[in-house]
Amino acid sequence: MSQLSSSGHAMPDNHDAMHEHQGSLRGYLTGFVLAAILTVIPFWLVMGHVIANKPLLILVILALAIVQIFVHIVYFLHLDTRSEAGWNMMAFIFTAVLVIIVLGASIWVMYNENVNMMPMSPQYQQHSIGHQPASNPPTR
Amino acid sequence: MLEAMPHRAAIWNFLFGRLTLDSLPFLANNAEGRILLVTLAVVVIIGVAILAAITKARKWGYLWHEWFTSVDHKKLGIMYMILGTVMLLRGFSDAIMMRAQQAYAFGPHMGYLPPQHYDQIFSAHGAIMIFFVGMTYIVGLMNYIMPLQIGSRDVAFPYLNNLSFWFTFGGAILFMVSLFLGDFSMAGWLGYPPVSELQQGPGVDYYIWGLQLSGVGTLLTGINFVVTILKMRAPGMTLMKMPVFTWTTLATSGLIIATFPVLTATLFLLGLDRYVGTHFFTDGFGGNLMMYINLIWIWGHPEVYILILPLFGVFSEIVPTFSGKPLFAYSSMVYATIAIMILSYLVWLHHFFTMGSGADVNSFFSLTTMMIAIPTGVKIFNWLFTMYRGRVRYTVPMLWAMGFLFTFTIGGMTGVMLSVTPADFLLHNSLFLIAHFHNVIIGGVVFGVFAAVNFWFPKAFGFKLDEFWGKATFWFWLVGFWVAFGPLYVLGLMGVTRRLSHFDDPSLQPYFIVAAFGAFLIALGILSFIIQIYVSIRQRKEYAVGGDPWDGRTLEWSTSSPPPEYNYAFIPVVHHRDAWAAMKKFGFTRPRGGYNDIHMPKNTPTGVVIGALAFACAFGLVWYIWWLAALSLLGVIVVSIVHSFDYHQHHHIHADEVRRSESGSNQAAAQGASA
Repeated sequence: MSQLSSSGHAMPDNHDAMHEHQGSLRGYLTGFVLAAILTVIPFWLVMGHVIANKPLLILVILALAIVQIFVHIVYFLHLDTRSEAGWNMMAFIFTAVLVIIVLGASIWVMYNENVNMMPMSPQYQQHSIGHQPASNPPTR
Repeated sequence: MLEAMPHRAAIWNFLFGRLTLDSLPFLANNAEGRILLVTLAVVVIIGVAILAAITKARKWGYLWHEWFTSVDHKKLGIMYMILGTVMLLRGFSDAIMMRAQQAYAFGPHMGYLPPQHYDQIFSAHGAIMIFFVGMTYIVGLMNYIMPLQIGSRDVAFPYLNNLSFWFTFGGAILFMVSLFLGDFSMAGWLGYPPVSELQQGPGVDYYIWGLQLSGVGTLLTGINFVVTILKMRAPGMTLMKMPVFTWTTLATSGLIIATFPVLTATLFLLGLDRYVGTHFFTDGFGGNLMMYINLIWIWGHPEVYILILPLFGVFSEIVPTFSGKPLFAYSSMVYATIAIMILSYLVWLHHFFTMGSGADVNSFFSLTTMMIAIPTGVKIFNWLFTMYRGRVRYTVPMLWAMGFLFTFTIGGMTGVMLSVTPADFLLHNSLFLIAHFHNVIIGGVVFGVFAAVNFWFPKAFGFKLDEFWGKATFWFWLVGFWVAFGPLYVLGLMGVTRRLSHFDDPSLQPYFIVAAFGAFLIALGILSFIIQIYVSIRQRKEYAVGGDPWDGRTLEWSTSSPPPEYNYAFIPVVHHRDAWAAMKKFGFTRPRGGYNDIHMPKNTPTGVVIGALAFACAFGLVWYIWWLAALSLLGVIVVSIVHSFDYHQHHHIHADEVRRSESGSNQAAAQGASA
């Protein structure tokens, strides 16, 4: 790929956007320790049987995973509001919003489609077994 | 699953896959075969004539060095526009065949097209018009205009730009090949399962791989344009000083990056179902065909905004220029564009209200659909208020803009009608829907493309287009559109559904005859456009103009027409919105000396080679010619790697050469500016 060099006079460039971000050893270590801690906690929660309530346990683990995503983004991918004049952050937020819309709404839509329209879906089967017309003759 | 191979010696099946003599539909002894045979004869005659003319004029070297291998965004833009026009003729032939069939096939008359042929025609018409006419045209316009508007010398990745074109071209050729080798999909322009999974033969595979090729091209273009706009604007051009067309290009490219991967993934899953027997979209074994419809519209709805947003940008350049005023409420136009960009992701379910999501889901998407009409309405008022108390010049681009305002607004209103879920249950899949989306796509995209061609043609070639034939094109299209689609609105309200090749009720026939007459008027419009181009080229000396024939407002009018390879000898410095209008006001004069060497990307044949190999790979996959598919895929990878080791991808245009070119063509530009 041949991106035209920004150094020559051929291609003008936004020099305010060229502020490069290099991580420091301290930053990487902080990220590593945080990531390690956030990984150990879910293991401990599961192996030590700390939370008896299963759905709650899953929610806690998912929450820790999301925190971990942000640790990676900040300390390893160096995403902040300044890099590339804020465009990296904008692109990240735009992508995140779209992924949330697409995944969340698709699950919502498909759940409803499935319940309403699929004759073989488990919900429907339970429903029809429970209300067999033959076993429930209308009362006279 | 793969279909059974023909019964013949294994070596033939290895060499030619499932391609046999029976795959040539024009050899069949029936009406369909004869239609195709005539078509093939015409295509061969025209093709041979063109090839012979090029050979006779010894232009192959010129075409190869100056056009096919060019990385110049201007030449690529022109090639996209030519490809779009050729595909428009193909897509329109499909349209007029459908109109002729529906006007005739009533009661005892079955028409001249059997159902399986008719189904291929409407599938091809829709897919071609969206992917190879609409997308090709807007990518061509963005390619040509956007780098000039931001004062840049090319796009960020010039080689990638060339590669994108050849991917799109490969997809278009694959669609055209399906006319004469095998058949085409009968599953509609979006290839809904189960039809797209059950159809035998190569038709759906042509559809899948053609779209995959062009989809890759479009995605790469989107990435290219976003980087170009964010990184290569002229000094001083902050975001809120960008021309609106550049803004809409940015928004459209962002949408492309976010949605085209969804299309690619969805078609890939459909391909897996067809090739290796998975069940993503079959209702057995845990699959769900409703998921296909959900996924394809997650791409499909943003896609219609990808198509229309650049044309909103075109009108935002044309209306101020010919009203002699800055655009009314620039910032509201920008924010409306961004709002549409986000909201276009929240409406896709309105394409399948009737599939059974239930009242909660339908109400949500009904409301978001009504909401997206608000920023669009803001734009309509922006254009109207720009014209208000301006000195409007009724040139051809301005006529298209006014035809657009009238037609598109009515199309938008019928769209809001369809967004009301209970009404949609009656109108879904009816001809009312067909009339609605043609109303916005013809009234918006097509009118916008014609406006843009008439507006920027003098910039690209240095002479204006003929005004008489331009007006003829406009009036034939405008009247033709309403005559063709007005009856479809009425028929849709009476409950006539789409995609029918035969009707029983003879009382409907007059409406279809009127609609066919409308299509005939549109055909005259297309003919007028071709005559307009021909007449203008014949009289190019008479129509020659300088750099700024319309008293333009944005940077592209500050350079000569046609612009030199390097666009600007000196990169302009921007201080105001409508930069060129401000420069003229403050008495800007072009520097006439002190030129430097200019550093430019070099032409490369890699794009053509990779495009050809990718086409061969797709063709091999369609016909199960596995050796061809494997070898050409390997070729794509090898050529890409070899190209990345080519460290001499740039060259310098020497200052002397710049001086010569500036003192030649730009003389005209200076005169044009002062006239």
